Amino acid sequence: METTKEIVINTEPFVVNFGPAHPSTHGVFRMRMTLDGEVIVDMEPVFGYLHRGIEKLAEERTYTQIIPLTDRLDYLASMSNNLAYCLAVEKLAGIAVPERAEYIRVIIAELQRVASHLCAVGFFLNDCGAFMTPVLYMLRERERVLDLFDMVCGQRLTYNYMRVGGVSQDVPDEFIPAVKKFVREMPGWLDEYERLLKENEILLARAKGVGILPRDLAINIGASGPVLRASGVPWDIRKADPYSIYDRFEFDVPVGLAGDCYDRYRVRVEEMRQSLRILRQAIKDLPRGGEVRSQVPHLIRPPVGEAYGHLEGPRGELGFYLVSDGSIAPYRFHVRAPTFINLTALADMMRGWKIADAIIVFGSIDICMGEVDR
Amino acid sequence: MAMQMLPPDWPGNFWAHWAIFAVAVLVFVLLMVIVFIWFERRAMAVMQARLGPNRAGPFGLLQSVADALKILIKEDIIPARSDKLVHWLAPVVAFVPALLIFAVIPFRGGAILADLNIGILYIVAISSITTVGIFMAGWSSNNKYSTLGAMRQVASVVSYEIPVVLSLVGVILLAGSLSMQQIVAAQNIPFILLQPLGFLLFFTGALAEINRAPFDLTEADSELVAGYMTEYSGMKFGLFFLAEYAEALAISAIVTTIFLGGWRGPLLPDWLWFLVKVFIVFFVIVWIRTTVPRLRIDQLMALAWKFLFPLALLNLLITAIEILVWPAVSLWVFVPINIAIAIVLVVLWSKFFKLGWGKVEV
Amino acid sequence: MKFERYGIGIARGLSVTIRHLLRRPITTQYPEQRLNISRRSRGNELIWDENKCTGCGTCAKACHIGAIHISTSTNLVDNKYKVEKYEVDTGCCIFCGLCVEACPFEALFLSYDYERSQYRRGDLVQTKEMMMETPERKVSGYFYPGRAAKLPRQSLLVNNDRGKT
Repeated sequence: METTKEIVINTEPFVVNFGPAHPSTHGVFRMRMTLDGEVIVDMEPVFGYLHRGIEKLAEERTYTQIIPLTDRLDYLASMSNNLAYCLAVEKLAGIAVPERAEYIRVIIAELQRVASHLCAVGFFLNDCGAFMTPVLYMLRERERVLDLFDMVCGQRLTYNYMRVGGVSQDVPDEFIPAVKKFVREMPGWLDEYERLLKENEILLARAKGVGILPRDLAINIGASGPVLRASGVPWDIRKADPYSIYDRFEFDVPVGLAGDCYDRYRVRVEEMRQSLRILRQAIKDLPRGGEVRSQVPHLIRPPVGEAYGHLEGPRGELGFYLVSDGSIAPYRFHVRAPTFINLTALADMMRGWKIADAIIVFGSIDICMGEVDR
Repeated sequence: MAMQMLPPDWPGNFWAHWAIFAVAVLVFVLLMVIVFIWFERRAMAVMQARLGPNRAGPFGLLQSVADALKILIKEDIIPARSDKLVHWLAPVVAFVPALLIFAVIPFRGGAILADLNIGILYIVAISSITTVGIFMAGWSSNNKYSTLGAMRQVASVVSYEIPVVLSLVGVILLAGSLSMQQIVAAQNIPFILLQPLGFLLFFTGALAEINRAPFDLTEADSELVAGYMTEYSGMKFGLFFLAEYAEALAISAIVTTIFLGGWRGPLLPDWLWFLVKVFIVFFVIVWIRTTVPRLRIDQLMALAWKFLFPLALLNLLITAIEILVWPAVSLWVFVPINIAIAIVLVVLWSKFFKLGWGKVEV
Repeated sequence: MKFERYGIGIARGLSVTIRHLLRRPITTQYPEQRLNISRRSRGNELIWDENKCTGCGTCAKACHIGAIHISTSTNLVDNKYKVEKYEVDTGCCIFCGLCVEACPFEALFLSYDYERSQYRRGDLVQTKEMMMETPERKVSGYFYPGRAAKLPRQSLLVNNDRGKT
């Protein structure tokens, strides 16, 4: 009679540091992962490596001087930052914006959304392993948009274009024909990118069903943007609380079903198509002539009070909270950064998956460290 | 066009034959690896809408030379607690088998270093030694992530050996011999037409063995570890890099010889056909690398064991049946039959292939 | 991992990549080929018009970093201050253009070029002699559409214009 002895091999989970300097992910972000073999048991994000004290710097600058600071928050979508801040100040001081400026703002914001989503989708596919080919194709399209922005305001990354009460200067004459050409050609390019990787079996295997964010959790943590919409919640600030003149345009809001990485990727691609739809309508209705900047004093002194101005940025709900005490600089300036709040669910999304999936989940949330750390 | 067949032991003296061909193989491999690196960078760049290196020398041809010089003059860092002898030997063990494979590749009619009558068996045996070198590299680095990466590599190579060898057996049955010369001589119809399924299986398995996309997870730079090459710098890293491209060259040469007809072709001289075919196969490898994302390790193993291995067995069975039952029929009849069978099998098996019988998510 | 589409997705992707072999790459071979930058480009220097400047200091107040240093003497000639020192620390400057917009006398411009790197940080400070408009130091059309109209048209990628030698 033989008795079999059970041999128990003691394994213990070990902590691994996904350091601040990654080979190929987005910005200085550190994750401390507790691994059991290859499976992730727990994850703790550590950030703050890009903190520059923007909220404190803003307390010493006038309202117009803060606009170049807001450029550097989400540096991949600077125009949205400028616009959200200007909306907050206009709400605080009660300044109206002329018609032509509103249309120009919408055109620029939607172009910025297309550019930012191109970057996000390209780098997500690069994290899946397709070795820079999607990145280079998407950056080629982004170049077209950046050329247009260069034409309008002279810079390609930090625009400083929106002002309180309008935009800083009128668009040049060759802007609208170039935008029309872009809008005409872009759907063809989007179709080509979809053919490249939308039905690729390996991408489906890597991204479908991976990193699911359940609907309740998404609502509870306050997620917004494509991350929320991919989990099945049809919440878009352009429809739910329209700002500027978005209630005049007709567009759909793409909503995903499963909340996995593949749905987030598809939601972003569909949003790009809807942005092109808005662009077509806005170009058609753009009023000819008219001023683009309402008369505001050089140093704005809003009445004492507080205001919160928000918009639907490419990464989610971007909001600015301003408290004014009647002087030329705000008393308190706070940024509601969408990716900072979306990051809350990262640990839950990664638990139970393998190391290789962690990169994909992280890439699909589309983080920009400038606004996480401020 | 008459094929100029050199006698197998040209020029008569055994030692002269060996010396000339050994030097020729060495020069060929090293030169072609440099050209391949340049070719890959330019081809991948054009497919990504940009130009590749074009500043160092005309058309950037000297770029690889510049990179090699840079690697040569870098400092050689050895981790303090590593296993020094194994650490030093690992690149050698990884690189030399890639050179040894070329002993049995026919470059032109009769120009072969050693016309072994067990050619394919020799290739299969030698190409597995590379894995030992890689594992030595991962183990001796005293770094648990390198060891993990090396173990993944060993697991994937062992899994993909079986479909590769089984698809080669199909070719051997058709040619009737293990010798590479005989296989080329027996290809009146290129075997890619007669064994389409075997070609696909062999190509996929070979890509996995040489660690190229979409199976390059051990050297992926968006993964946690940088793989078994982490602790290597200087020329040792250069040898690993060369080994990767030399293996890609070896696989292209093997595929050319076994499936595409080697040096046979209508108009151009033999060696030119060989080079053209090798370049075409390498271009397909680069093309796949540019387009396709990467697999995860468990998906990679599942693909080998559950998808490729049954198909390889079926391929072998069908080829054997065809040869036994209809030995006298002209081989051209089998071309459409085999292609149809290949398509049907791939389609049918894809429907049935699931990871973990559908119980495991993804 | 499911393989239901039996590799067709991969084949479609491969067809997209191969089609790029037939297209011209969109790279511009700098420095032999250059693109025409935007007419409103916010270049790396500031350009100052001595005749129009009155030394009021609005530009210095508008700069939120304090990169502009002005020192005037109280020598009232033609109702203008004599500007003795007008210095811009281009190492600090972020080229936002707020100073250009703030000037009430149209005396300050941003430059049109971008190739202005120096070896030492001290060389980046522009004194008033280095800020005059010359044919080499052109004025960009930022905030001044009249000046913008005189500059060459911008190379746009939507027009497939990839620069000339």
